[in-house]
Amino acid sequence: MSVGRPIPHDAAVLHVTGTARYVDDIPAPHDTLHLCFGLSDTACGEIVAMDLAAVRSAPGVVAVLAAEDLPNSADTSPSAHDEPLLATGRVHHMGQPLFLAIANSHLAARKAVRRASVEIREEPAILSIDDALAADSRFEEGPRFYRKGDANRAIAAAPHRLEGRIEIGGQEHFYLEGQAALALPQEGGDMVVHTSSQHPTEIQHKVADALGLPMAAVRVEVRRMGGGFGGKESQANALAVACAVAARVTGRPCRMRYDRDDDMVITGKRHDFRIDYRAGYDDDGRIRGIEFRQFARCGWSQDLSLPVADRAMLHADNAYLLDDVTIESHRLKTNTQSATAFRGFGGPQGMVGIERVMDEIAHALGCDPVKVRRANYYADAAPGDAAPAPAPLDDGRDAPADTHADLTSRGTTETRGQPAPPPSGAQTTPYHMAVEDFVLGEMTERLVESADYRGRREQVRAWNAGNEILKRGLALTPVKFGISFTLTHLNQAGALVHVYQDGSVHLNHGGTEMGQGLFRKVSQVAAHRFGVPLERIRITATDTGKVPNTSATAASSGSDLNGMAVKAACDTIRDRIARLIAERHQARAADVRFGGDRVHVGGESYGWEEAVRLAYENRVSLSATGFYKTPKLEWDRIAGRGRPFFYFAQGVAATEVVIDTLTGENRILRTDILHDCGASLNPAVDMGQIEGGFVQGAGWLTTEELVWTDKGRLATHAPSTYKIPACSDRPRVSNVSLWDGRNREDTIYRSKAVGEPPLMLAISVLMALSDACAACGPHYPALDAPATPERVLAAVRRAREGAR
Amino acid sequence: MQTTLKINGESWTLDVDPRTSLLDALRHHLDLTGTKKGCDHGQCGACTIILNGRRINSCLTLAVMHDGDEITTIEGLGEPGRLNPMQEAFVRHDGYQCGYCTPGQIMSATGMLDEVSQGWPSHVSASLEGDVPLSREEVAERMSGNLCRCSAYPGIVRAIRETAGEVSE
Repeated sequence: MSVGRPIPHDAAVLHVTGTARYVDDIPAPHDTLHLCFGLSDTACGEIVAMDLAAVRSAPGVVAVLAAEDLPNSADTSPSAHDEPLLATGRVHHMGQPLFLAIANSHLAARKAVRRASVEIREEPAILSIDDALAADSRFEEGPRFYRKGDANRAIAAAPHRLEGRIEIGGQEHFYLEGQAALALPQEGGDMVVHTSSQHPTEIQHKVADALGLPMAAVRVEVRRMGGGFGGKESQANALAVACAVAARVTGRPCRMRYDRDDDMVITGKRHDFRIDYRAGYDDDGRIRGIEFRQFARCGWSQDLSLPVADRAMLHADNAYLLDDVTIESHRLKTNTQSATAFRGFGGPQGMVGIERVMDEIAHALGCDPVKVRRANYYADAAPGDAAPAPAPLDDGRDAPADTHADLTSRGTTETRGQPAPPPSGAQTTPYHMAVEDFVLGEMTERLVESADYRGRREQVRAWNAGNEILKRGLALTPVKFGISFTLTHLNQAGALVHVYQDGSVHLNHGGTEMGQGLFRKVSQVAAHRFGVPLERIRITATDTGKVPNTSATAASSGSDLNGMAVKAACDTIRDRIARLIAERHQARAADVRFGGDRVHVGGESYGWEEAVRLAYENRVSLSATGFYKTPKLEWDRIAGRGRPFFYFAQGVAATEVVIDTLTGENRILRTDILHDCGASLNPAVDMGQIEGGFVQGAGWLTTEELVWTDKGRLATHAPSTYKIPACSDRPRVSNVSLWDGRNREDTIYRSKAVGEPPLMLAISVLMALSDACAACGPHYPALDAPATPERVLAAVRRAREGAR
Repeated sequence: MQTTLKINGESWTLDVDPRTSLLDALRHHLDLTGTKKGCDHGQCGACTIILNGRRINSCLTLAVMHDGDEITTIEGLGEPGRLNPMQEAFVRHDGYQCGYCTPGQIMSATGMLDEVSQGWPSHVSASLEGDVPLSREEVAERMSGNLCRCSAYPGIVRAIRETAGEVSE
């Protein structure tokens, strides 16, 4: 059995010997050219003059392109076609590409762009949320609303009320491998592109558009990425398009990688949010009514901001049943980098909002925050309650005819579908989806016991009473994260499997590997279907020429979607072999068994290689495609109604921290995590995702601070000023366990997606820090994120003095 | 400018611009792409190599400064089918996710264990004299120059401590 085991990484030996190839490691022909963008030094204004003569005459420069030199209007947006590859007339953020230098070496290109003479008539930039609100600068015509019940009335009628605001910072992806691409011109104008992208089909589409080619003339390959985290879902477009256009213009291979500082200045980051809240609650802390106003700073172009902001709304409830609720979402357009996908995709920001409210209610009532959280939880599903089989989906819808539309991008704003109402009597989310698989009640109970929450709550209280300078804090927070793309049609995947005469298996699917262990999990599925050892399975680079029309490897969906597609492809081949073997033995195909590297029928068996050879000799096709689409999804994003998610992945974390009240410095002392991966496909991979996601989330909420100057310059544009977690920033004690459940829904071997959900376990760190600050005085500390030492100090002061 | 580097036991003479970093010389001039470029200014550790027995960030030094020096890169530690103990331990303990920081982590860990064997104390060592037990905190402190954005740190620490002969966590 290969499924469910902690099998090592497929490229393990390659990684430890430095032979695993990333895009910039791929050997290129000797005449390959190197690219560098010239960037805007102004956040907002009109380009009055751009003199590139000195760039053109710089040593090693072969060509220089500005917007007017492009053969087609090269656009790099995944949504609204509002991101020209090179600025056209106006600049919209500091760091926007203005022109492209093409040179004999990376260094020559970088040096050359500095020689440009660009005059920009500067205009006042819209940088902050307040600026954008004052100027009514936004995407979509106005705010979006999701409503259930009557929040206003319920708040007014509640015994207690509170209102407040939390500011939540953004986050730089800091994938250790910077953005990179390599374009190789082919005969007849075709193009092959190697890219470090989570979305090869998007790259194929954008490159085809920029070159005026059909998609079939462009092939995109991704073997692996050195980290993605959402930062390579749309942000890789510009480099791939630039390389392809330059390769077309020069007729030579072109490669590009951003210097790290350029990478941070050009590419989008996690959206920073402001969330205003107003809640009414009772003596038990149960929320009677609640309103959220979410403000997302989206940057200069639409990118994926609409679905990100949608997902923030979709997680404003987190794990809590809200009967009377209004969620209002503002998507603000600013002269900053275009904020983009980042692990969690808006969900984390939405969750932080309601976790803040839980924390503040508990503080106001003077009771334990876990009690308040439990009082508001959805009810647990009955044990052993399997989901009913899905009804067949209606496929009779017409696809839009616009060939420029980014059909495979999350930026597409489809609103079709008239979702059926949830079953009557069901507990529902603020978007009217029945919650049928909630397990956090039992999970929380288990973690409260295993982490000795109650005992340590007392110990922390006693410790704080005896310590003047250092204060400890403890918090337990849940995560309920919706799994599926909220753009329903993206929830499909394809796979291609070949079995060769020698029994080796070539496996390909639409997902990309960025370290999350997708290839490992999917190859386990293939090995299991054929009953062969993993060594027989050869995982190959993601390639638009093998599996077309793929969705981004995103939304934690990689294993769910591609695992199922691979299973379907393998089963097609397996069934063909079974039929052949069955015929030879006058048996039924259903009685043929695959296992132990053999094919069994009756009392006899064939070695896998022999069975494959027989199949070949009997002219049985040993190649198959597989396809999967997630059932049960129906979603209307404008009305905020339906079932956007197949199921919920859940987890709970308890974290203890200590702060220094003189400096604001802080440490994570201990974290206990219980996380739900369903029936894990690979516990080693899943543990890595949980530990890694938690630390990355803790970085977002503590040390990772993005700072823009009042001119719109990103001041934190390198790891020297932007602090991601190092080895020593891990919790000193970390106890991670997997919840031993199975997915109620029919997913691949009943597993659950694990890429994003654990990041939000780190909200327990922010709340523990808040708890430590609250130990300093009688008032609510209202700690914002990231909880840098400065913000912790300010929160300590608020706790003591009460000023908000 | 002509420079001779002894890399993984082999002599290489190259003619590079004096401003070429050692990292770029390795990657671009010698096609030794196992050494990775993460930040290119000494903050992430992905480009760590061993120079005359000591670990350094190869992005922070120029190739021409190292005429005649002995350099070990990840390619010189072991190869598929012939891994050294540190590489094997990283495989066993899953000391990576995306793998991009891995060569730097392994080179840095190799240099670090040598420093420990010579009795060098760190910021968190209890004593400046005598043997240093390689606790989790010691490893974390001594490896603080090697970032892993995936946070595969638990596996990295286990692999290093096991190679050092300390009890696994």
